[in-house]
Amino acid sequence: MNAGRARASELLKPPPSRLSGNGQAPPNRRKRGVLIRIESVTKRYPDGTVAVDGLSLEIPDGAITVLVGPSGCGKTTTLRMVNRMVEPTEGRILLDGEDIRQRPVNTLRRSMGYVIQNAGLFQHRTILDNIATVPRLLGWGRRKARARAAELMERVGLDASLGKRYPYQLSGGQQQRVGVARALAADPPVLLMDEPFSAVDPVVRKGLQDELLRIQDELGKTIVFVTHDIDEAVKLGTMVAVLRTGGRLAQFAPPAELLSAPADAFVEDFLGADRGIRRLSFFPSAGLALETGPVVPIDADAARLGSHDGAPYLLVTDADGRPLGWGEPGRLTAGAVEREHLLPYGRPFVPGSDSLRTALDGSVLSPTGWAVAVDGEGRTVGVVSQQVIGEAIRAAHSRLADGAAGDAADAGAAR
Amino acid sequence: MTGFFDIPSDLQHSWLGLVGLHLREALLPVLAGLVLSLPVAQLCVRFRWFYAPVFGVTTVLYAVPSLAFFVLLIDYTGMTESTVMIPLAVYSLVVLVPAIVDGVRSVPPETLAAATAMGLGPVRRYLQVQLPIAVPAIIAGLRVAAVSSISLVSIGMLIGNQGALGNLLNDAQIYHRPELAVNSVVTTAALGILVDALLVLVRTLLTPWMPRKGASR
Amino acid sequence: MTVIDFARAFFGDSAHWHGEDGIPHRVVQHLLYSAEALAIAAAIGLPVGLLTGHHRRGGNTLALVATAARALPTFGLLVLMFTWLGFGLVPVMIPLVALAVPPVLVTAYEAVRSVDPPPVDAARGMGMSETRILLQVELPVALPLVLSGLRTAAVQVVSTATIAAYVSFGGLGRYIIDGLAQKDYEKVVGGATLVVGLALATLAVFWAVARIAVSPGVRRSH
Repeated sequence: MNAGRARASELLKPPPSRLSGNGQAPPNRRKRGVLIRIESVTKRYPDGTVAVDGLSLEIPDGAITVLVGPSGCGKTTTLRMVNRMVEPTEGRILLDGEDIRQRPVNTLRRSMGYVIQNAGLFQHRTILDNIATVPRLLGWGRRKARARAAELMERVGLDASLGKRYPYQLSGGQQQRVGVARALAADPPVLLMDEPFSAVDPVVRKGLQDELLRIQDELGKTIVFVTHDIDEAVKLGTMVAVLRTGGRLAQFAPPAELLSAPADAFVEDFLGADRGIRRLSFFPSAGLALETGPVVPIDADAARLGSHDGAPYLLVTDADGRPLGWGEPGRLTAGAVEREHLLPYGRPFVPGSDSLRTALDGSVLSPTGWAVAVDGEGRTVGVVSQQVIGEAIRAAHSRLADGAAGDAADAGAAR
Repeated sequence: MTGFFDIPSDLQHSWLGLVGLHLREALLPVLAGLVLSLPVAQLCVRFRWFYAPVFGVTTVLYAVPSLAFFVLLIDYTGMTESTVMIPLAVYSLVVLVPAIVDGVRSVPPETLAAATAMGLGPVRRYLQVQLPIAVPAIIAGLRVAAVSSISLVSIGMLIGNQGALGNLLNDAQIYHRPELAVNSVVTTAALGILVDALLVLVRTLLTPWMPRKGASR
Repeated sequence: MTVIDFARAFFGDSAHWHGEDGIPHRVVQHLLYSAEALAIAAAIGLPVGLLTGHHRRGGNTLALVATAARALPTFGLLVLMFTWLGFGLVPVMIPLVALAVPPVLVTAYEAVRSVDPPPVDAARGMGMSETRILLQVELPVALPLVLSGLRTAAVQVVSTATIAAYVSFGGLGRYIIDGLAQKDYEKVVGGATLVVGLALATLAVFWAVARIAVSPGVRRSH
């Protein structure tokens, strides 16, 4: 087994791809989450500070809704009002139609998973007992609660051997996974996550984000996720609420719509510079016209090397079809292709599961300007030029414009 | 009828005289303790291994009852003030060393690194960075040491009337004047509270950089 | 003669090992009322300290109370109480409890107040009651400090309880006070040695309790 295969199979892992995992709940999944309706809620502190100002939001069930905004925009306050860690001054919050104030506060909280920055683990309890906290609060026996905790460790990608350790013996990323497992322990329909991944380094953060998408794909909870990182919001959110300082809603939309049609200058500014490129994540690469002419196996004969339809470069693959690199037709000698003289082929994309953004990125990274498409096994299925990708982008944009005005969610979920 | 502040002549002091004597017997040892504990604490900070034995020895010394300490010293220093003051200095040392070590250790390493990077030598760094930042912890230690010292001086009464205000307790029994005992307790407690308040004031003056309580939410 | 000779003479005298004034009896007496004073101080200081620490409020008032209690001269208070109330346990307990309450109270408050807030926030968010948060989240983490406050109080009480002998009370102070009156240094040194030994044993007991009661997950960070 070589390194190329390992990498290809990693690329293949299913849900991190936002195209399949991130739309509405797939069919055949029984509904697990609940709908949260925030009705003109205001939080005013005794000193006159207004943290949240007349906010109304309908948080869909079984999906991730991200609250994002600069510090002081009231996103954390909003989240904490959902489990009554903060009581609103005005307005109300409904859970599947029922006012949250009608339930005893601790019963309400036990029905909602709660994940915070740095995880907030109990340092005096083992990992297993940390995760078993809420089941134990709900009166489960110790044995059953621990068994459930062990099951969750596996679900969040933690080795079972860590169960007997204490929090200080785990890395930041592992602790955060324990935090997620602890929140999921009693299988609550709602998960409240307050900047859960802000304190870990970018590589670990990406892993945790992918893991969350994977878990959500399996469980279909109603997740409210607070972050100040717009990229995280766009990556994770089915719906994204952008809040502005002073606790007012600036825009509430699916991420693709946010990127294509920011409501105002504040949102546009908050989204940052390259939102056009980032929006390409929501366009599928499946429709790209791939060419197979310029793809030649390493053992190709002279005739095969000659029939290249005038392509300036040929992609040389190994016997199994895995890409090796680009070569100019004139410099390739049949039977004597030297691998080390080939040009690098950049990062390949998988048509169907990767987006146009990945395809474009692949073509930009490739010195020849062509992107390599591979299948799930890492075998070359074709190549595509920047020009063709550019046409596909324009086509996708015009389809959007023609279709239901700005309904980017459908475009994003196009399969 | 004799009044509250009429001190029997055998004590050879007025009430104010006793107060002065009491403060001297209580606070000189604290001062000595502070002077000794600064270098000891700095050694503990410099050489981590040094802290454990110092901590052990001081803990044992702290466990020696003051009365026993006084009595054992009589052989060497007689029934004098020194016999009272030496143990009090030792107790102060015991309280102050850990307080100063904690205080100096609480200086953030990045602050120290910044000081070093700016070219401050070890001595300057100690005097201009570590010590000022440790002031709140040192004063906290001083408060405990001073107040307990003021309280302990009274026991000196048992070794030949070396207890300053504590000597009133003896006279209260000899002359059947319980108000002298009340006077002793109230005056000693007042002195303790007064000295404590003074030390809080000193801390406030020495640490203008500390956020005032209530200033921020 | 050195201190060690005195001690040797004291412990070597078989007359010191039995009867009303024997070492075992005096040690038990000393331990009993030290324990009683500590128990009363803990019964007052722990609940008040833990609760104020949990609510993170009232620290200033607490500090004032503790300062006032610390400023009360233990010996003077003992004599005064004896003058007012006569011979009995109460005049001995009042000064010892006043001595032990401040360290218990202040450290319990500080220990709980300085518990890292995120786990407490998480516990609340998971729906733990405030009592559970205090007892199951804050106290286990605060335990090393809480125990250190109790330990300081215990050592002070054991060491200071000697002065109770001045008001005709039993305990190891008898040897010191009587020895002083009789100019019998053997007795003084013997009594002092026993008190120091008892105080060190108290330290050992607290060390063992901390070993057993403090979670390994917490112990490491202290």
